[in-house]
Amino acid sequence: MGTNKTAAAAEKSRFQVMLEQFGLPRLILSGFLLLLLVMAPFVGVDLPTQITNIINRFSWNAVLVLALVPMVHSGCGLNFGLPLAVICGLMGGTLSIQLGFTGAMSFLMAVIIATPFAVLLGGGYGLLLNRIKGGEMMIATYVGLSIMSFFCMMWLLLPYNNPKMVYGLSASGLRPTISLEGFYDQTLANLFKIDFHEVAQSLHISLGPLERIKIPTGSLLVFALLALLIWAFLHTKTGTAMTAVGSNPNFARAAGINVNKIRTLSVIMSTWLGAMGILIYQQGFGFIQLYNAPNNLTMPTVAAILIGGALVNKATIANVIIGTILFQGMVTMTPTIMNAIVHMDMSEVIRIIVSQGMILYALTRKQEGSK
Amino acid sequence: MTDNGTPLLQMRNIKKDFFGNQVLTDINFTLGAGQVLGLCGENGAGKSTLMKILFGMDVIRETGGYSGEILIDGKPVAFHTPFDALTAGIGMVHQEFSLIPGFTATENILLDREPQKKTILAEVFGDRLNTLDYKEMDRRAAAAIQKMGVAIDPNMTISSMPVGHKQFTEIARELSKDQLKLLILDEPTAVLTEKEAEALLESIRNMAAQGISIIFITHRLHEILAVCDKVVVMRDGYVVQDVPAAGTSVEDITRWMVGRDVQSSSAQTAVQIKNTSAKTIMSIQHLWVDMPGETVRNVSLDIREGEILGIGGLAGQGKLGIPNGIMGLYEAGGTVEFDGKKIPLNSPRKCLDASLAFVSEDRREVGLLLDESLEWNVAFPAMQIQNKFLKNLLGGLIKWRDEKGIRSVTQKYIDQLQIKCTSSKQKAKELSGGNQQKVCLAKAFALEPKFLFVSEPTRGIDVGAKALVLEALKQFNRDSGVTVVMISSELEELRQTCDRIAIISGGRVAGILPAAASSEEFGMLMVSQVK
Repeated sequence: MGTNKTAAAAEKSRFQVMLEQFGLPRLILSGFLLLLLVMAPFVGVDLPTQITNIINRFSWNAVLVLALVPMVHSGCGLNFGLPLAVICGLMGGTLSIQLGFTGAMSFLMAVIIATPFAVLLGGGYGLLLNRIKGGEMMIATYVGLSIMSFFCMMWLLLPYNNPKMVYGLSASGLRPTISLEGFYDQTLANLFKIDFHEVAQSLHISLGPLERIKIPTGSLLVFALLALLIWAFLHTKTGTAMTAVGSNPNFARAAGINVNKIRTLSVIMSTWLGAMGILIYQQGFGFIQLYNAPNNLTMPTVAAILIGGALVNKATIANVIIGTILFQGMVTMTPTIMNAIVHMDMSEVIRIIVSQGMILYALTRKQEGSK
Repeated sequence: MTDNGTPLLQMRNIKKDFFGNQVLTDINFTLGAGQVLGLCGENGAGKSTLMKILFGMDVIRETGGYSGEILIDGKPVAFHTPFDALTAGIGMVHQEFSLIPGFTATENILLDREPQKKTILAEVFGDRLNTLDYKEMDRRAAAAIQKMGVAIDPNMTISSMPVGHKQFTEIARELSKDQLKLLILDEPTAVLTEKEAEALLESIRNMAAQGISIIFITHRLHEILAVCDKVVVMRDGYVVQDVPAAGTSVEDITRWMVGRDVQSSSAQTAVQIKNTSAKTIMSIQHLWVDMPGETVRNVSLDIREGEILGIGGLAGQGKLGIPNGIMGLYEAGGTVEFDGKKIPLNSPRKCLDASLAFVSEDRREVGLLLDESLEWNVAFPAMQIQNKFLKNLLGGLIKWRDEKGIRSVTQKYIDQLQIKCTSSKQKAKELSGGNQQKVCLAKAFALEPKFLFVSEPTRGIDVGAKALVLEALKQFNRDSGVTVVMISSELEELRQTCDRIAIISGGRVAGILPAAASSEEFGMLMVSQVK
């Protein structure tokens, strides 16, 4: 009996360890998300459509969230300067269209054109952040806002003249929203896309409501590839140094690491990944959004990684995946379910309340590892 | 000399241990009203702990309290918080200033005890809306300054004061408390210039003349002789001497402070002879280091191959600045030659490339990655500097971490240094101080250096771990022929471990002695230029 008791205690502590690792906030949110999914059929919401929705939104946002990881690892904090990266991606996208590329080629060119922008602007941003150690997140916020405002002017002044993008009357200045139809709309999503409806038809079986599920395989694969690259990078010598710099810069310096160089590298990586992230977001969403739009994604992105369990100076790929699923899941499911329950169209109001509430919650969870 | 009747303060059989590590044993002394007691002893002798007990500091209670009795005016007292001690009339001026920089001296002196004037608003909203009675404040501050006997401007803001005046403001704050009977001054002259120190001593005499008893802790021994009525010397947690100041000399006090039987500190004569013929492996010329609190002004030192050189001296004299400066952690100048080649200063990487290694005195800030595993802590510098524990993939294009290699080397040092941990994956912050120190050593050993700086290797660790760490260092020196420079505040430890010991005083080398030299000689060097 005594042994039973200790075995039970050991079992319990193992469970507690698991709980601690996963974290109570994530457990509660997962539970709530699960509850929403279970409720869906009962309030007349189509579950397969909702699941497709969550998967889609995950595929749009995951790379943006991943973009935060390098800077977190090097101790530069959460990249509130994400608009800078987004602008690099926007430059790539708009220039690619301006130069006359269409279809999948326009996406490839957008990636290629965005890269030098990301390296240059990211490098400069990194040098700036090296001068204000300790205040990165505050400064980053304003870097993001400044560059966004600067580009609000640039979008009007740069000599774009592709009729698909500029204002119709003046024939100059980019429109706030540019449709990507004919360009890179769904380029990745349609790659190896799994549409259960088509699968069922080709196999001559009926999958019932499951047929409404569609999986954007290409987007997910690209995310997987980028996540794998980051994971692998963190296992190399330089990646190890980056983690050490974030964990304790004094230690890294005493071990002969050039802290500033590593930090700059991490900012360039973050900026490039952010640029890729916005291009992937656009190909899923189907539109390029300019002017004040770059900042719209900053807070949800930061909130997602925090909800995923990241600390200000520690983040893993698992944090990215869990955080994005939880955040996007909540943001899509809650308004739909609430709408169906109260039979009133409040989806926009509820969406705003939920997403801002999640951000607020996530920011209160912001914590640093011990020094 | 009003020692008739009951003395103001009696300490009876005070004992204190930190987790089984005895730091105070049977402390007994008495202090009469208006007397000045000079308390001296080496770093770690137990002075601060004793004062913390007297002042009712939280640390004491949190670490299991103390035993013995404290009597004030013949009545036993037990202070649970510093507030109790304050009410009982004990004031303490700490080494670090606790003043508000933007406030004037008057405001600081009377902070939170300001005389107040009633206002109409206060009738409605309570006393918090009373206004300050500045006239009365000025009067009280002036009275306190008067009592001290030193002229400082009560209307000057703290931030624009010279260091000495800040110290006086602190003292005036204690004096402004009406109930003050006993004032503890913890190394008040350490930061003062000679002139200011002189003024402080004068004010101590003044205060004593007004019936306030003073416990005066200092490393400047001549000051004790100048103002104190009696001297209490502590060593290793014991009171070794309790004599009137009149009949002693600096030499006497020094001997009591460091004095141990010379034969007990294993003089390493055999090693000594071997080393005199060895070549110089590192030559330091005119080194200066700008390390706050440990400024090195002009140090020239030759270190012989294969020896263990100790660097000792009192706190704040610059001994810690030497390794930190050479290893590039603080700005430094001068020339350092290692193995015939000049080492560029201000570049940690270059030093490490030249096979130097450094175990920092600041374990938590510099020495460890607290949030990472032991494996990372041990292997990281070796990986980054010497490309150890890496697998080359794609023809060396990718340097992949070799987890297996890292684990085995960590395990090796865990066994060798007896690091107590659950596994090599445990986080460094979860280990005790002694074990963390061993991890720091393992980190340096994993670099397989030719030359090792070890700074304060035993700071804040218990006796058992101390012995192990020192033994590991000796063994490393013996087996691998590595030259070791050990910096420590504890002279006895240096004498047990090192071949030669350099004493640093005032940012300069005061002298180099063989470990077998007598305690008085070391003591004289330590205080030599401090005067």
